Amino acid sequence: MDNRSSVEIFTEWDIVAARQLGRNEAKNSGFGTVDQARITTAISELARNIYLYAGKGKIEIDRLSTDGMKGMTIIASDEGPGIPDLRKVMEDGFSTSGGLGAGMPGVKRLMDDFKVESEVGKGTIITATKWLR
Amino acid sequence: MNVRIPILKLDEVLIVSIQWELDDQTAIQFQEDLLNKMHETTARGVVIDLTSIDFIDSFIAKVLGDVISMSSLMGAKVVITGIQPAVAITLIELGIRLENVMTALDLENGLTKLRRELEA
Repeated sequence: MDNRSSVEIFTEWDIVAARQLGRNEAKNSGFGTVDQARITTAISELARNIYLYAGKGKIEIDRLSTDGMKGMTIIASDEGPGIPDLRKVMEDGFSTSGGLGAGMPGVKRLMDDFKVESEVGKGTIITATKWLR
Repeated sequence: MNVRIPILKLDEVLIVSIQWELDDQTAIQFQEDLLNKMHETTARGVVIDLTSIDFIDSFIAKVLGDVISMSSLMGAKVVITGIQPAVAITLIELGIRLENVMTALDLENGLTKLRRELEA
């Protein structure tokens, strides 16, 4: 599909590749500099989570155009350990990695729509969308 | 692909301008290089200019916050300059507050602020 691009996440360098792809896609979709920064930062956080917690996974970026609305969806998927307590990871300041814990609730605030699906032992899929206003 | 961030010395101040997107390794290397340079030169102040940086994620924010705390342990003061509007907005939305960090609009204001601090 033309409207989808993706980066496999295996190493730290793939985090850089994913956010560069995201920034370019955001720019080409017509997002302004603040939204470009929001999208790039969100991708960086999601890609880092994959790298830290699952070891490997994928960042996919879809360009959306539905009912006159344009936007961009980031799909971060992995087959890692999954998230045992979804409510907890959505609390500000919660982290098991010694990071700043800005991860998930931060990403949710940066984007317009945000959804987490996770199953322990199977993996996690996070879908986050930003709409062009 | 290991590019190091140049650290310049002007009197008793170290000046760093981060010109490209930071990957993890470069950020960690920068932390070490800056502290070593501080030790070698007995600089008392540092200006880190972020004018060219168009996004900061939680990892880079943590490295910056850490380098400021580490510099403080060594007796040096750090001023961060040139944070772009988009960066300020995303940092706060992300939930990152670089509190107790000296900031200034640009390099010039940052140097003035730092010199005043060092004289105090």
